[in-house]
Amino acid sequence: MKILYFAWVRDKIGLDSEEFDLPPEIVTAGEFIEWFKTRGDNYAEVIGASDTVKMAINQEYAGPENAISNEDEVALFPPVTGGKY
Amino acid sequence: MIIVQREDFEVGIELKRLTEGNNEIGGVCSFIGFVRDSPERESLEAMTLQHYPGMTEKELNRIDDEAHSRWPLEASLIIHRYGRLQPGEQIVLVATASAHRKAAFEGCEFLIDFLKTRAPFWKKEDYGSVKEWVGSLEADNRATEKWYE
Repeated sequence: MKILYFAWVRDKIGLDSEEFDLPPEIVTAGEFIEWFKTRGDNYAEVIGASDTVKMAINQEYAGPENAISNEDEVALFPPVTGGKY
Repeated sequence: MIIVQREDFEVGIELKRLTEGNNEIGGVCSFIGFVRDSPERESLEAMTLQHYPGMTEKELNRIDDEAHSRWPLEASLIIHRYGRLQPGEQIVLVATASAHRKAAFEGCEFLIDFLKTRAPFWKKEDYGSVKEWVGSLEADNRATEKWYE
């Protein structure tokens, strides 16, 4: 699985992207988030702000009920912000 | 048409290109967004726009398709910049062309409202000593929701 980070999530993780092997028992985005949290303190901190962190699977906005697999491109990022116009 | 680029754009040239050769167009409505200073704080040195290549184009195309399904638009254009921009620089151009002005005005407003809440762009403001990511604006989310009321 490829996972991409943007904005302050990228700063907190310290990487633009990572490759993971997703455990086969993880089949939903919600389960993925629970697993992701256990990877380190900074990962848990990112998810700790979970009311603000958004997720995309294969470049589509996703929620906890969405299906996920090891072939997917996943992204974690804060709510999007346009210009202040 | 959707364009995501680092470079600046020339509004006159872009609008001419949008309407050229289509005599069904009765009017064009355009919106240009700029990097602006916040009057309530110290001076903004620059703003860096980060985006999600691939998803950005996908979301902008989706928003554009929806505008075309809601209004009889002859043509539309979204140009959005990314990278480090100075106050006063252009960030975005949205333009809609239609036979009549109402569709052009409404389509343009719809596109800009949706772009601000759906397209995966994030902004980091640089105030010199302080550099911070900008949170999403509640007013922008409300502006998007009104199209579903």
